[in-house]
Amino acid sequence: MRARSQDLGFRLTTGAFAAALAAIVIGVGVALVSQSWLTIQKFGLGFWSTSTWDPVAGDFGALPFIWGTLYSSILALLIATPIALGIAVFISELCPARLRTPLVFLTELLAAIPSIVYGLWGIFVLVPAVRSLQTHVPDALRALPIFAGPPLGVGMLSAALILAIMVVPFTSSVAREVLKSVPVTQREGAYALGATRFEAIRAAMYFARTGIVGAVMLGFGRALGETMAVTMVIGNNPQVSASLFAPQYTMAAVIANEFTEAADALYLNALVEIGLVLFAITLVVNGLSRLLIWSMARGARGPRRKPAGAAA
Amino acid sequence: MSHTAYRTLLSRLFVGACGLAVLVALIPLAFILFFVVSQGFQALNLDFFTHMPKPVGQPGGGMANAIVGTLILSGLAALLAVPVGVMSGVYLSEYPQTRLASAVRFASDTLNGVPSIVIGVFAYGLAVLPFKQFSTLAGGLALGIMMIPIVTKTTEELLVLVPGSMREGALALGATRGRAVFSVIIPAALPGIITGIVLALARIAGETAPLLFTAFNNRFFSTSLTQPISSITVQVYTYAISPYEDWHRQAWAGALVLITIVLVCSMLARLATSRVSRLRTR
Repeated sequence: MRARSQDLGFRLTTGAFAAALAAIVIGVGVALVSQSWLTIQKFGLGFWSTSTWDPVAGDFGALPFIWGTLYSSILALLIATPIALGIAVFISELCPARLRTPLVFLTELLAAIPSIVYGLWGIFVLVPAVRSLQTHVPDALRALPIFAGPPLGVGMLSAALILAIMVVPFTSSVAREVLKSVPVTQREGAYALGATRFEAIRAAMYFARTGIVGAVMLGFGRALGETMAVTMVIGNNPQVSASLFAPQYTMAAVIANEFTEAADALYLNALVEIGLVLFAITLVVNGLSRLLIWSMARGARGPRRKPAGAAA
Repeated sequence: MSHTAYRTLLSRLFVGACGLAVLVALIPLAFILFFVVSQGFQALNLDFFTHMPKPVGQPGGGMANAIVGTLILSGLAALLAVPVGVMSGVYLSEYPQTRLASAVRFASDTLNGVPSIVIGVFAYGLAVLPFKQFSTLAGGLALGIMMIPIVTKTTEELLVLVPGSMREGALALGATRGRAVFSVIIPAALPGIITGIVLALARIAGETAPLLFTAFNNRFFSTSLTQPISSITVQVYTYAISPYEDWHRQAWAGALVLITIVLVCSMLARLATSRVSRLRTR
């Protein structure tokens, strides 16, 4: 009987720590709601549809920030997704086995570089490069709203480019795992029917489509919450603009820049509410992406391919 | 062109495009490493590690206070994250099917995806606002919360790899479940768990956003837990957005130090993981 009670003690102790982990997540949600209650009550949903951001007058509207966050993240996805899927296909299907481990290592390195280093590189290398690119845009194109504005370098384009670089390793590593879970019979069947390499891989990708969408969404979740690198290159100007050249602002960036300056309660509440919505959006996006990847992994029954190389 | 030739061409183009994608991703990596190493080396010297920051206009100086700050903050984070993470990982691997386990797994994945700046806001409300004081403890708390899910995940994954026969052997000798875990299973997976902790430390040492309004920054040398403290990342940020050439050089040097930490840790991890996968085949 002593052994049984000791087993119970072990279960309760480890369980308590595990429950603490779950409690933290709930705590984050509760704390964010309670600390943004002032602005939630005062502005309601109007907070998210107006663009005035005037801390002195106590008037807050967060539309420019949510616009900037969505615009930069979607743009980054458009750039990053084809590249990330290309890498995933290359590493899992095409490249010689000897190249596989070093390539995985290099793409993972891209994910390991701290955000602040991306930002530093962005300020001193990427932004000047984008600025000189902008000065070479012909005037005829300049007339379009998407290229409107002076060539500043800092702005939406720089932010989207740096986000794209940062998102690629996340999307490609999940997509690689997803492709690995496609039964080998899928490819064998395609080849047996006389398919070319492209056609066989396309069939495998079609089979894995839910998981691939999940991988892309995971990248989206990363892009939405990215703070330092974007803050340093986006220009930090709260405006709703379609222009790639215009300096804009994101939700994460406004929190990073203004949180220590928020002297009065309403201002602080407004910033926390932005954090709350950022939390909620990433929660939904990540949850959905995990659901897709999980249902894909469950759906793919049958003989699997052997795990690639020594990659653990 | 015959249909077959068209299909072959299409297939070759696809293979080429995938290869190109790899190159396109590796070019920025090479660019970033090149700039950080070349710019950083020019500014990096012994003074960087042993001296305090100099005021604007005086060249030289270092980041001694920020380096110590990053060490202290990471240490505090580990103090919080290692017990919670390892114990949660043990629970998940020992009772994988319980309702609590699926809730915790979900919470851990969720926490891992929460933007670091939001963690900073949370830690601010918990540890800065009540005391009206930025502090090292608040910074360590923010980093620790970020570290917990990483430690939990690696611990769980590694414990599951330990061969069942080892557990059965321990239980057959009359060990309780806790005894089997702490005397047999965890020691077998220990190199891997330590590797995971080192990797997690490398990742949070590079975090900036959660520190901006928790640990804040400090121009002076401080080891006090209740005072604001400097860190390499926040210092690099401050220098990078300043208009001064001298400070920009210092920022590159700081970036080189950060990248070196990350690189060394992932190399070590790679060595250790190959040892762990040998354990699996045993």
